[in-house]
Amino acid sequence: MPSLKDLKLRIDSVKSTRKITKAMQMVAAAKLRRAQEAAENARPYAERFNSVMAGLAASVGDSDTAPRLLRGTGSDDVHLLVVMTAERGLCGGFNANIAKLARNKADELIGKGKTVKILTVGKKGRDALKRDYGQYFVGHVDLSEVKRVGYADAQGIAKDVMARFDGGEFDVATIFYSKFQNVVTQIPTAQQIIPATYEDAGEDEGSSVALYDYEPSEEAILADLLPKGVATAIFSALLENGASEQGARMSAMDNATRNAGEMIEKLTIQYNRSRQAVITNELIEIISGAEAL
Amino acid sequence: MANTMQFDLVSPERRLASLQVSSVQIPGADGDMTAMADHSPTITTLRPGILKVEGPEGTQEYVVSGGFAQINADSLSVLAERAVPRGEMTREHMDEMVAEVRKAHEAAKAEEHPNAVDEAAKLLADMVAMGDHIGLPVDSRVPAP
Repeated sequence: MPSLKDLKLRIDSVKSTRKITKAMQMVAAAKLRRAQEAAENARPYAERFNSVMAGLAASVGDSDTAPRLLRGTGSDDVHLLVVMTAERGLCGGFNANIAKLARNKADELIGKGKTVKILTVGKKGRDALKRDYGQYFVGHVDLSEVKRVGYADAQGIAKDVMARFDGGEFDVATIFYSKFQNVVTQIPTAQQIIPATYEDAGEDEGSSVALYDYEPSEEAILADLLPKGVATAIFSALLENGASEQGARMSAMDNATRNAGEMIEKLTIQYNRSRQAVITNELIEIISGAEAL
Repeated sequence: MANTMQFDLVSPERRLASLQVSSVQIPGADGDMTAMADHSPTITTLRPGILKVEGPEGTQEYVVSGGFAQINADSLSVLAERAVPRGEMTREHMDEMVAEVRKAHEAAKAEEHPNAVDEAAKLLADMVAMGDHIGLPVDSRVPAP
């Protein structure tokens, strides 16, 4: 049975924990709004880009002259997994879920006898995968200094990936990130970015796209745009990730705050009971002392 | 209104403009072109330059650093790598953009890839020309090709 003083200390410590988690939740909520805005602002660009690319890709097709970024290298022996996670923890299952998805994919590929290379973006994913897959790491992108993810950051990562591709380091690249559905649901997602796959999202778009004039030429535009497509895909993934991280943190901290509240209630009851017990004890002592006289 | 079209200017980070316009002058990779309603469907890449939009509220200008434009009969979408309203264009923006291109040029030279060097040099020259045009002249040490 803990003493009254111990209980008091315990309650105070849980109270300050609750204050911290509450504050983190509110900060996450504010950041989430900004992250969601950023993700929404980026959507029109990505949508248009993909619809144009879908048209271009369809018209160039699988011909031998198609750029390697679209057609692939012709083999799929070496896979690059770009695992994008957060720089910080305390956001529920967010990082763990992405790492788990990447782990499953890596195991599957290794089981098939493929070579796996891993590029990590964000510290948490690196830490999670280091133990089992440390020997496959080929690089790491640190975004801990970045306050607000910009297109330039995505371009930097894309450039790194492209340089590796041009150097023949891998055949297929896949990015792992978490798609933001709502505050409580984030879906870990794997998306292949090289060779690029563009699905025609648009209703009647498919028929009209083929009629475009291209200036300078179809091939030149495609060659110009494909690297941008890689950057765009990475940028949207980073933004989705940003929103997902804050959403996950918000709900995790909400849970933590609630748990702390419950704990305080329980401890307070225990505290009051033992206080009463002490008072009763003292009274009994006084009364029995008075009777003895 | 038959003589206007929907114009959208988007960059990866935000949507800059979305309105009905009568014509837009585009700095295409192969030369400037002006798109009006009922233009034949075209997709073109952009060079660094000024995008001039004739809208209901007069002329607006945007500085774009590359990207591409998709022209339809009744709409025009410009997807710019980076786009800034001309009024907001500052020395820092300009310097940043030029520094980026210059770095790409150096990198291309280092790799001794003749095509890439030419392209980067052209990009740099375009950038310098644009800077002169909007009154933010760049210290034009254009490296000899």
